[in-house]
Order: sequence, then C-alpha cells, then structure tokens
Amino acid sequence: MTRIPGDARSQADDDAPPLEEAGASIVAFPDGPLLVRGDFELVDPDGAALPRRRKTVALCRCGASGLKPYCDGTHKQIGFKATP
Amino acid sequence: MKQPSARGPVSELVLGIITGTGPAGAALAGLSDAVDEALESTPDLLFDDDLQLTLFCLYELHYSGIDGASTDWEWNPSLIGARGKIAAAMEQRLRREVTLSELPAATSEAVAAELFRITGEAGGPSMSRFVAKEATDEQLREFLINKSIYQLKEADPHTFAIPRIAGRAKAALVEIQADEYGGGRPARMHSALFAKTLRELDLDDTYGAYLDTTPAITLASNNLMSLFGLSRRLRGAAVGHLAAYEMTSSQPNRLYSRGFKRHGYSEDAREYFDEHVEADAVHEQIAARDMAGGLVEAEPELLGDVLFGVAAALYVDELMTVQIMDAWAGGRTSLLHSGAASTV
Repeated sequence: MTRIPGDARSQADDDAPPLEEAGASIVAFPDGPLLVRGDFELVDPDGAALPRRRKTVALCRCGASGLKPYCDGTHKQIGFKATP
Repeated sequence: MKQPSARGPVSELVLGIITGTGPAGAALAGLSDAVDEALESTPDLLFDDDLQLTLFCLYELHYSGIDGASTDWEWNPSLIGARGKIAAAMEQRLRREVTLSELPAATSEAVAAELFRITGEAGGPSMSRFVAKEATDEQLREFLINKSIYQLKEADPHTFAIPRIAGRAKAALVEIQADEYGGGRPARMHSALFAKTLRELDLDDTYGAYLDTTPAITLASNNLMSLFGLSRRLRGAAVGHLAAYEMTSSQPNRLYSRGFKRHGYSEDAREYFDEHVEADAVHEQIAARDMAGGLVEAEPELLGDVLFGVAAALYVDELMTVQIMDAWAGGRTSLLHSGAASTV
C-alpha cells in the first residue's frame, strides 16, 4: 500500500489486523473443542511451530482426537460433555 | 462446462435454445408448456433425469456457463421462468416431505443444540463405513464421480448467500468459505484438492466431465444448493444446508480416507479427505453457533427455513446414498453408463 501522510489507512502496518481485533481469542464450545482465532503461535514444548494449515483452528479438549492437538469431531462419538 | 447430452424433451429444448441449434423463438414460446407437461407427468421430480438435467443446465448459466451457450441467456426471462417453475416444484416436493419437529428457541445456543441433535441422528445407510471397509476400487471411482459434480465447485452455491445476510452470521459464513477456498492459496482450495484426488485415480478432473453419466438424484442434490443459494427468500435454507454439510463431514471423511488407504492410494489422493476431517471440525462449530445461530438471532423469522435447509440437505443426500448403495448391493453400477468409471 502506498503511504500517504494523513491517510488513515497508512497508520497500521499492512499485515496487521485492525487494532480493535489485535491479539487472539479462544472460544470454548459447549461439548466441543476450543476454537482459537486471531494472532497466535501454536508450538511444541521446545517452542517449534506445530504444523498449521488454517488461520482459525479447533483444539481438542475431549482427549480422543486422532489429530491432536486439533479436533477431528470425535467428541461427538464419545459423548463428551463440557459447559461451556 | 462441456455441453451435456439431453435426457428428454425439456432438456433437449433448453440445450437447443442456449446452444443455438434450433430456432430459438418457437422453442422459447413452447418452453413453458413443455415444463408444465413434464412436471405434471413426472412420477418424482427428484429422480427425473430430464427435469433435473434441465435445472442443472439453467443454474450452470450462473456458474461456469455451458460451452457454446452465449452468456446472454443467463437472465433470459423465458429461461428464468422455466427454471422458476422446476425450482418451485422441487421446493414444494421437499416441504411436503420434510417434517420439522417442534422449533427450538430463536437463540444461537438453542439452534446449535438442535442442529447437533438433528445431524447426529441422521439415519440411512452409511456410505462412509462402506467405503472404509468394503468398497471395491471400481466403487471408489464411482463414489468420486458422483461427488465430482459438486466437489469441483465446492462452496460456490453457498457463497451466493454472503451478500444476503449480515453481521455475525455473515462473518461466520465468510470465515468458513475463506477456508473452503484455500485461505488465499489456490492449491489448497477444496475443489483443487478434490481435482488432485481425481487425477491420482486417473480420472478426469475437468469440471462437469462426468455429468452425462451422473444419475438424476445426484443432480438433484446439486440443484438443491443452487435453489437455496440463488434465492434471497431462501437464505435461511442456504445457511441451514451449509450447516448440515459441515456438521456431517468430519468423521465420514476420516472413513473415506481410510477406504482409499485400504486400496493403497497415496497421501496426495487422500489429502482432500484428511483436510476435511480437520477443517470441518472447525467449521461445524462456526456453522452451528455463529452462522445458523447468529442468523436466527438477527432474523428470528428465518428459524423454520434454517431447519428446513438442514432437513432437506440430509433427506436428498440420503436418497442419493440409498440409490448408489442399492445399485452396488445389486451388483450394478450407480452411474448411467457402465464402464464410465474407467480411467481416462
């Protein structure tokens, strides 16, 4: 983006999310996974990035996923309950 | 899309009109009566090859177009009229068939709970368990061919709903669709992943390549999405339909992948299914609560249509699964031409 002094659009870095949305949010879905959106890193205990193919991810919290740390929908089969 | 072959008088009339092989004036004038006659005499519109192919071609003018058909036909009033008649009959057929249980409260939480209940109880034979454990190589190919009509334009019909909804529901629909379209990476588009699977099995990955061998009920499953997607009135049903797809996808795709692995197919061939296990575990949460639930909270009068969209999606796709699996159980092909699943 061409930066024009005084142009409101030039105040944020090109790749940065809008200011009011900076950071990440985690939504705990009832009976389901943790949905993580926004600006975050998912790493192993040594700090190395885990394979990640999408911006928003669902993290397993029932313990039964075959794709951990991601959710694969198995919580529905095992009748996992959590509120929220 | 390549021009398909006509399957009866109405599709012959329409294909003749749009590809300019007949005198358009007389054909256009007779189209309305021809559609009426076909609708009156069909035993079941959902299984009617001539009418489902006609509807598919008329909708296709709004997607990739049809080879040899001028783009001017897209909004021709006589064609739109014919399309509207078949679409209205299909909607009536489904509204009669699909009974909704007592409606939940018009809150995101109640709608999501009801959607998880309905999609969790969806009955019928299990294509995914069959593919995982029993399907032959030939049946895997037929499975892909039946899917190819939609999956090579995966997500497109529901995208039409984006400008028709607002706020939380719109943001959720766009978040899902952005993922369907690869998050900005063309090779990660779900349609591109499916094309790769077809190529890995030496099948033709051209959009519509297998249309001529696809049974009416598979076309009906596709037409249902266009019927919902192309109508603002039915935006609730479009949202419900997408939610039903996202909420019945993760585990079946795990089983599909297992079936292709059983036959020795590579990770590249299975990537489409593996991607859906992970993607749809994300999408189903967003679809149920933010998209469907968010839409109902914003427009409570759409609650019934959201649930109708869910039920219609499950009903039509169950009919399709039953027909395909019945054919296989009887030792027959599920396609219209035997040998169509041979490699290219």
